[in-house]
Amino acid sequence: MKVGIVRFPGSNCDDDAWHAVVDHLGQDAVMLWHKAHDLEGADVIILPGGFSYGDYLRAGAIARFSPIMREVMAHAKRGGIVIGICNGFQIACEAHLLPGALLPNDAGYRSMPVTVRVERTDTPFTSAASAGQLLTMPIAHGEGRFTASADELDRLEGDGQVVFRYVDSTGNPTPASNPNGASRNIAGVCNGGRNVVGLMPHPERAMEPLLGSTDGLVLFESLLATVNA
Amino acid sequence: MKYRVQVEVLPRRGILDPQGRAVADALRTLGFADVEEVHLGRHLVVELAAASADAARASVTAMCERLLANPVTEQFVVGAAETA
Repeated sequence: MKVGIVRFPGSNCDDDAWHAVVDHLGQDAVMLWHKAHDLEGADVIILPGGFSYGDYLRAGAIARFSPIMREVMAHAKRGGIVIGICNGFQIACEAHLLPGALLPNDAGYRSMPVTVRVERTDTPFTSAASAGQLLTMPIAHGEGRFTASADELDRLEGDGQVVFRYVDSTGNPTPASNPNGASRNIAGVCNGGRNVVGLMPHPERAMEPLLGSTDGLVLFESLLATVNA
Repeated sequence: MKYRVQVEVLPRRGILDPQGRAVADALRTLGFADVEEVHLGRHLVVELAAASADAARASVTAMCERLLANPVTEQFVVGAAETA
């Protein structure tokens, strides 16, 4: 598996994504500068976390028009795997690779561990997880409140595009377990083709016991299993 | 001809605006008890060359639809085009 990690000005989880792919999975990775026009043969594209373009205008709004995004969107259109994490999720929504939008949190910036429930295992980022599995991963964002119209939310639920939901320690999506006011506790979604997945929590920062959780590992193992299948 | 067009982008009504709410709370704390709601958005000034004022406004409207506002969550008002 070869993973392309897009580096925008302001990305700051690009090296963490590299660490997850190269050091933990033992796979190839390549950093892709935002001005590049070539994905260098990557099977999987990761849009990492950070503050691309300083979050100017709206988080992800400017990064979406980077030259590399034209290639990323073509890759997604061909069915290629794209994973958007945190700011990468915001960029994917702005680029209409994923449905909905990510608004400012209802209670400001949050940096804390959260628990999410895996709602779907039929995506390239969750195929090695079990349905209903609870994962603890950190969040660190100010604009992560997933929003869409009520009709769109119903459609996403019906089509199985809600991939992760914020839950409490017993697996229930309670208001108290929702760190940002996201509609229906949604922490991550996929597109209709199921090849693009976005989420606010950071699996690439949950790979080491030293950092409090290794629950991100199963998501990266899912990528490997999907690409090698 | 050079034009200057002002644009106002605000959160769509009905969508929770935590920044506006925080500012409203702060104003009430300061004693402005009559404050009911505050909505926080962006004000942009676009200077551009266009054939006419109508063309300038049409161009800025297209900019709003593509980049300056997020249609899912924001509404925008394009002001008059003044000669710059």
